[in-house]
Amino acid sequence: MEPVAPGFLALLHGKKFRDIFRPMTEDNAKLARTPLYDCHREAGARLVPFAGWEMPVQYVGVIEEHHAVRQAAGLFDVSHMGEFRVQGPAAEAFLQALTPNDVTKLTPGRAHYSALLTEEGTYVDDLLVYRRSSEEFLVVVNAANIATDFAWVAGRAAAHPGGGVAVENVSDQYALLAVQGPRAVEIVQGLTDADLDAIRYYRFAEGSVAGVPAILSRTGYTGEDGFELYVPPDAAADLWRELLRVGAGAGLQPAGLGARDTLRLEAGMALYGNDIDDTTTPWEAGLDWTVKLAAGDFVGRAALMAQKEAGIQRKLVGFELQDRGIARHDHTVLEGDAVVGRVTSGTFSPTFQKALGLAYVPVALAEPGTALTLGVRNKRLAAVVVETPFYRRAK
Amino acid sequence: MYPKDNLYSKEHEWVRVEDDTCVIGITEFAQKELGEVVFVELPDPELTFDAHDEIGTIESVKAVAEIYTPVSGEVVEINDAVIDDPAVLNDDPHGEGWLVKMRFHSSKDFDGLMSHEEYVEYVSKGDD
Repeated sequence: MEPVAPGFLALLHGKKFRDIFRPMTEDNAKLARTPLYDCHREAGARLVPFAGWEMPVQYVGVIEEHHAVRQAAGLFDVSHMGEFRVQGPAAEAFLQALTPNDVTKLTPGRAHYSALLTEEGTYVDDLLVYRRSSEEFLVVVNAANIATDFAWVAGRAAAHPGGGVAVENVSDQYALLAVQGPRAVEIVQGLTDADLDAIRYYRFAEGSVAGVPAILSRTGYTGEDGFELYVPPDAAADLWRELLRVGAGAGLQPAGLGARDTLRLEAGMALYGNDIDDTTTPWEAGLDWTVKLAAGDFVGRAALMAQKEAGIQRKLVGFELQDRGIARHDHTVLEGDAVVGRVTSGTFSPTFQKALGLAYVPVALAEPGTALTLGVRNKRLAAVVVETPFYRRAK
Repeated sequence: MYPKDNLYSKEHEWVRVEDDTCVIGITEFAQKELGEVVFVELPDPELTFDAHDEIGTIESVKAVAEIYTPVSGEVVEINDAVIDDPAVLNDDPHGEGWLVKMRFHSSKDFDGLMSHEEYVEYVSKGDD
C-alpha cells in the first residue's frame, strides 16, 4: 500500500525536514479521498494529507509539473473544495449583504472573486461566487474552511429578515478538475461542443465535456488560461482519463498541489491561511478591487470604512531575495533587531529561478525597490520589494 | 541501494569513513522526501564543529532540511558540484551528491550511528 507522506504543512510552510518525516498512522485512516484517488495512484502520485483529504502533492516532480502548466497544460484535482448552493428570491440581497463584492453586477454566466469577512473586516475565507440564474448562486470555498463557511453562511441565511434564501452544502455533488496552461482551452475544446472562445475570463457555461454534464468555468489559480470543470463525482475519473488521453499530444500532464502553490504564488494570488486570514483586511492584502463600498452594506463594511479613513499600517508586498536562500511562511521582516513584518508565502520560483515571496511590511517599506532584511532561520538575508504579480501570461 | 560500508544517522545522512576523515551526505530516502533540491548551503572549509551541530541547509521547493555533522571535527572539503547544480543531490545522493568532508577528532562519535542493515530497517518502518 502506497504510504501517505506526512506533514503536508511542510509544503506550504517550509517546515523542517525532521518534522516532515514523522510517520502518520491513525491520521491517515481518517483522511477523505476525492473521486480521483485511483487516478492519482495510477499516475504515481505522492499523496499527502491536506485539509483532511488525501491529495497529490506531486506526480513526477513539482518543478516539472510547474513548467508543464506554463508551457503546455496541467490537470489538477481540486475536488476537495467546497460548494454551496444559495437560492431563493432573496439570494442576491442576502449575498450582497454578506460579501464585499457587488453581486448585482453578476448576470447569469458570470462569476467573481470575493470573500466572507468578519465584522472587523478580516477574512473568514476567500471564495468565488457564480450566478447561475436570477435566484440561484454557487459559492465555492476553500477545502479547509468548508464547515466554518457553511455554518457562517447558512446561519445568516436562516436569520435573513423576511427569509427567501436557502443555503445547501452541495460539496458532495461536485468533483472539480482544472485544466490550466496555454494549451488548456484547445484541449478542453476537443471534448465539448460548447464554444469556449465565447466564454471569457470569469464567465462560465453549463454544458458537457466528454459527454459528462459540467459547469465549464474560465477561472483558475495558476495565472494561465484554462477551465475549471465542475462535474458529478461518478463521472470524474472517466473525465480525468479522457482529458489525459486527448491532451497527451498537446503535452497535458497531471499536476499536484506542490505545483499549484508555486504557480499561484508567481501569479500573485493569495492563499487563505498564509496571505489572508482573520487578522488581515482586503486593504492590507491589496485586494481593494474585491470591495465595493458603494454597493450597500455588508458584513465588515463599517470596519473597512474606518480603516480606509485611518489609513492602513501594513501592506502585503511581493519580494525577491538577493542573498542566497529561500524565505518562507513565518520568517520575519527586520529593521535592525526589531521584527516589523512577516513573510506569508515564499518559495523558489521555477519560472524565474529565484526565491520569491509575499510579506506584510510597514507601509513605509512597501514601495517597489525598497530594500528589505528578512530573518530566515538564523540568518539576515537581503531582499527587495517587487511589483506583483511576479508573472503575467502573454495575452 | 544504500551503500553497505556507510554508517547512517536518524536524520537520514550517510557517513563514509576514510582514515581520519569522513564524507557526509544525505540518503536516497531524504532526497526523495525533499523533492527537487534548488539550493544547497555548505559550511566554509576549516570551520570546526561539535557533533550534531548544524553545518548547512538543503532547500527544495517545498521544504528545508538542515545538515548536521554526526562528528566533531573540522571541514576539509565541500562539494562545489551540488552548489552549482543542486539537482546532482537528487540524482546521485550517495555518490556525486556528497556534501562535506570532515576531519574528525574521535571515532567515538560514530557509536551513535546505524549500520547499513539498521538503516534499511529504519526507513522501511517509517513507510508504514
